[in-house]
Amino acid sequence: MNRIEQKLQEDKKILSIYFSAGYPNLNDTVQIIQDLEKNGVDLIEIGLPFSDPLADGPTIQASSTAALHNGMTTQILFDQLKDIRKTVSIPLIIMGYFNPMLQYGVEAFCAKCAEIGIDGLIIPDLPVDVYAEEYKATFDKYGLINIFLITPQTSDERIRFIDSVSSGFIYMVSSASVTGSQAGFGNVQENYFKRIADLNLKNPQIVGFGINNAETFNQATQYAKGAIIGSAFIKHLSEEGSGKIADFVKAIR
Amino acid sequence: MLYNVDEKGYYGQFGGAYIPEMLYPNVEELRQQYLKIMAEPDFKAEFDQLLKDYVGRPSPLYFAKRLSEKYNTKIYLKREDLNHTGAHKINNTIGQILVAKKLGKKRIIAETGAGQHGVATATVCALMGLECIVYMGEIDIARQAPNVARMKMLGATVRPALSGSRTLKDATNEAIRDWINNPVDTHYIIGSAIGPHPYPDMVTRFQSVISEEIKWQLKEKEGRENPDYVVACIGGGSNAAGTFYHFLHEPEVGIIAVEAAGKGIHSGHSAATSKLGKVGIIHGCKTLLMQTPDGQITEPYSISAGLDYPGVGPMHAHLAETGRAEFFSVTDDDAMQAGLELCKLEGIIPAIESSHALAVLNDKKFKPEDVVVICLSGRGDKDLNNYIEYFKI
Ligand SMILES: Cc1ncc(COP(=O)(O)O)c(C=O)c1O
Repeated sequence: MNRIEQKLQEDKKILSIYFSAGYPNLNDTVQIIQDLEKNGVDLIEIGLPFSDPLADGPTIQASSTAALHNGMTTQILFDQLKDIRKTVSIPLIIMGYFNPMLQYGVEAFCAKCAEIGIDGLIIPDLPVDVYAEEYKATFDKYGLINIFLITPQTSDERIRFIDSVSSGFIYMVSSASVTGSQAGFGNVQENYFKRIADLNLKNPQIVGFGINNAETFNQATQYAKGAIIGSAFIKHLSEEGSGKIADFVKAIR
Repeated sequence: MLYNVDEKGYYGQFGGAYIPEMLYPNVEELRQQYLKIMAEPDFKAEFDQLLKDYVGRPSPLYFAKRLSEKYNTKIYLKREDLNHTGAHKINNTIGQILVAKKLGKKRIIAETGAGQHGVATATVCALMGLECIVYMGEIDIARQAPNVARMKMLGATVRPALSGSRTLKDATNEAIRDWINNPVDTHYIIGSAIGPHPYPDMVTRFQSVISEEIKWQLKEKEGRENPDYVVACIGGGSNAAGTFYHFLHEPEVGIIAVEAAGKGIHSGHSAATSKLGKVGIIHGCKTLLMQTPDGQITEPYSISAGLDYPGVGPMHAHLAETGRAEFFSVTDDDAMQAGLELCKLEGIIPAIESSHALAVLNDKKFKPEDVVVICLSGRGDKDLNNYIEYFKI
């Protein structure tokens, strides 16, 4: 069983943290992963930086750009992660846009992920339809889980389709927005979370976008299996550096 | 060989809809509706009437006598510069605003490079009484100041794109982010033959009025519908797509696409996508794309804000790959000289984008009996500052 699936079977709410690889410093990647695991985070999304991150707000855009300026590339990320499984056992997901993967070669990219011990991928601009038709076989061959997004606007019918081709979990985008929105969760989100919970999908859902503190984490996980924090963690890294990860995690739960 | 879009939204290997799930409902709605809407009689009637009475179509097909003498061939200019708002862009915005109305949208967003598409969008929004927000790179806001003022006069809000190269690519990113944030009431009027399917095809169809008119106008003037060559500049490729459309499957018509070489194809300051691009994904479509070996999108450069784009519409990527179109890359200097030459020989000040198309006359030797139709995509009013600075007028 894939490490993601195994983790999701545990009887607890999942805290997943996203960060941009190569930020704040090029070689912080491994240390950040180790610290997140040590402090009880359940799942890590390693952001592969991209020049044009369409679905991201200003915080992740800025960390992506900074990481690229620091010299981060796909190959450097793979090199940094080459021995990661000697020190951590936490499920690891690479989250990135499709073009860098396409240039690396989708099969070569998947092979490398499998070799390193990456468990899954999140590729916001690779639509589920294209994935199912062209790439699923390759991902399956290397034992990689591909995670798909749903939003408040996604129809029930399409959610069921996404559920049918998914494994691991479904990434439930909390509201109609790019990453890093500060709107908080109101009735609209609550109704949406309930609606999805009532669909009784085969995959658990993890909520992302707009989770930035204990309050939003608790609201999101009331109906879902877990929640993902990205921009808020990156802000913390920007302000405090990579030395105070424990403080951040403790403030969430 | 099929050069139009296929039923899955591709031109050969190019095209598709590589969009985040957040955009899926809007893009899918458009995909299901656009052909249906465009075929409705009341839509067609309103579109045609606005093109005629508001835009001023048909745009003339003008025989450029002195230019023809100089290059010893028969040159016709398709005068899109005479359209209301000064470029071909309005053909598309008229079409899309009518689609947006049919879809019940209340708020319009757009990206713009040269500002022509922004002005054309602000114009149709004023016409229809819809809210309009235009994203424009900070650099472009500076170099196309008159168009920024026009958009504001027309009631649009101009929001600067501050990320990346702060030009067209980044304005497009910001527009897409806006659409993600406003998925219900907003329609995104993309200004070129780019973006996720069905945009490239929809924009091409609205612009295809250009080649539709060329056909009957040329029949009147030359006794034949098909020229020997059609020539157009390419930023994302909308004026080119419209100019080529009805000739794509007429093998005797040579198709010439002209992109911006900036300071030289290999100078590191260029937008010559067909020469420098590799297959990649930008703004939701698979196409030729200027990028690093690592798949990061490269910052393009051209003196012309409208050609300053690191990709090219998927139809054109396919035309380049199959060899159906011949691609030329024209430097800033050659374009500026060609622009000035048109002023002196014909009394027409062209947009710098269009000047790139004109510069092909120096690069390709046409026969005296050839009929060459060049799309004069826009007028040079917006570029006066650039011309003044460049020629120290
Ligand atoms: C006058 C003019 N011509 C050409 C272009 C390039 O766009 P496209 O390639 O979509 O025709 C622009 C874009 O702003 C323009 O303003």
